Amino acid sequence: MTPFKPVLLEAIGVPDGHTIASYKSRGGYAPLEATLAAKQPIDVVEMVKASGLRGRGGAGFPTGLKWTFLPKDHPGPIYLCINADESEPGTFNNRILMEDDPHQVIEGIILSSFATRASTAYLYLRYEYPRAWHRLQAAIDEAYAAGYLGTNIRGTGFSLDIYLHRGAAAYICGEETGLIESLEGKRAWPRIKPPFPAIEGLFRKPTVVNNVETMACVAQIARRGVEWFKSIGVPADPNNPRDPGSYGPKLYCLSGHVEKPGCYEAPLGITARQLIDEFGGGVWKGRAAKAVIPGGISMGLMTASELDTPLDFAGPGKVGCLGLGTAAVVVIDDQTSIVDFLHNSARFFAHESCGQCTPCREGTSWSLRILERIKAGKGRLKDLDILLELGTTMGMMPGSTICGLADGAAWPMKNAIKKFRGEFEDYIKRTNPSGWMVTDPVPALQIVGAH
Amino acid sequence: MIAQRKVLTDEMVAKIEALAPRYPNRRALTLPALHIVNAELRHVPLEAVVEIAQVLGLAPAEVQDTLSFYQFFHQEKPHGTVRAFVCRSVSCALRGGDHLLEHLCHAYGVQPYGTTPDGQLTIEPAECLGACDFAPCILANDDLLTDMTPETATAELKKPRARAT
Repeated sequence: MTPFKPVLLEAIGVPDGHTIASYKSRGGYAPLEATLAAKQPIDVVEMVKASGLRGRGGAGFPTGLKWTFLPKDHPGPIYLCINADESEPGTFNNRILMEDDPHQVIEGIILSSFATRASTAYLYLRYEYPRAWHRLQAAIDEAYAAGYLGTNIRGTGFSLDIYLHRGAAAYICGEETGLIESLEGKRAWPRIKPPFPAIEGLFRKPTVVNNVETMACVAQIARRGVEWFKSIGVPADPNNPRDPGSYGPKLYCLSGHVEKPGCYEAPLGITARQLIDEFGGGVWKGRAAKAVIPGGISMGLMTASELDTPLDFAGPGKVGCLGLGTAAVVVIDDQTSIVDFLHNSARFFAHESCGQCTPCREGTSWSLRILERIKAGKGRLKDLDILLELGTTMGMMPGSTICGLADGAAWPMKNAIKKFRGEFEDYIKRTNPSGWMVTDPVPALQIVGAH
Repeated sequence: MIAQRKVLTDEMVAKIEALAPRYPNRRALTLPALHIVNAELRHVPLEAVVEIAQVLGLAPAEVQDTLSFYQFFHQEKPHGTVRAFVCRSVSCALRGGDHLLEHLCHAYGVQPYGTTPDGQLTIEPAECLGACDFAPCILANDDLLTDMTPETATAELKKPRARAT
């Protein structure tokens, strides 16, 4: 295999790589000019469909297909929302793109707006990224000055404004309809679907919500071509007509117990072991990995024996994880208590549950209370069964919630207890020698800072 | 009779109005307006909520509903001139994030979400700051403090910083 050369991260280490001059010197905006001069929106849609690009935000839905759900010949307005609320624990690839190569993102937004006939794009940016905020605003100003944004761009009749909109530190705003509600000025309670945003989205108008990295991929497909994109990654399984494949380069975020945490670009389908050893310098302090999160905390856990699983869209599911998610790989070493890990995960989801659906609001809260009790040496074996029961009943998949947040809370719980049950049982018996076998109801401990 | 504004300055209202052409309705200005007020006052008291509602043509309860959804906006009293978000999510926790938070609360004598008596520093636990490559990390106003130890973090948070934008 020829060595893979980073494309999405080509600006990293380039002096002033975030400026329009640098971006243009690398070939940027030429594809946009060529597209606007000679192509129709449908050509861009067909290009993205043919590339097999799947959304990089977590769900992996085919991007071109999502665009075709927009109503035909709609009088407008149609909105494009860029989801830059990146909040999945372990994930920071969008931050790197926005800070170090904002024009790549902006060119992708302009091409995608042209394709979807959107004349307004809102980039919903999480509050915690002030540096990305300033870099993006400066880049947007440069793009207006260069005539790539505004009214009647390049005399084509196509007009586009990009507006930055800042969030206020809420994970649920990364859920696409939560994001839409938040943008409208309301609490970010996800909507019941259908109607899907493509039919009735932002301000009740047809809307596409796409991730930042997806936009960068659109820019690169326009520059390098469909064949280039499809030459990278894992082809569709010929025996599975429903598998759209995992094409293209992907930004993997590597963090936790590795020597060299960072954002690394690799073809889709690299394994966790390759990432850790070839990019991350191995597990830190010469230790071994106990478990690895494959794609953000809500995707669950892989054990040390599952590290050769390809991290493409289909891989993590084959070892019982929820999916590839954001491709944020977090390494947990063999000195770490899996009880502590699961407590941390439960605290996150109890804090971030938006409170709209009772099974999630109460389920995440009680998961944390039970884990708080286990951690404090008052756990019972029965608690593990209660946690598993919660994990199998809260979420979109069992049908008890509107959005997938509870599925994301349930997955680490189910994976951790199923794959590390022995460690949980040992911990409970060791720390609660006189009460681990009790099955009667026990009072909850008071917890601080859950909500 | 138009009620006299007591909290929102003309400058704040001008900043809010400057954003109005971006959105097809005024309710979408709620979050930007809360940010504009919070950037100046370091909190959004109920009086400001009522005045924002007047400016946007909304019921105060609508603005308060949105504000209270996000834990971001303090309402009782201003947060410190430096607001430090200490990450406690998984990647930082694996590298000592919880320990860091506990140490800082002890060092500055405050509870989580609390402010030092001189009003200089607020320490808040935060969920993933999206800087896991620099774990454990802290966001202090607009500055990302990377690869923190209890010692370096204690020293960093003593420093004065430009206001968050």
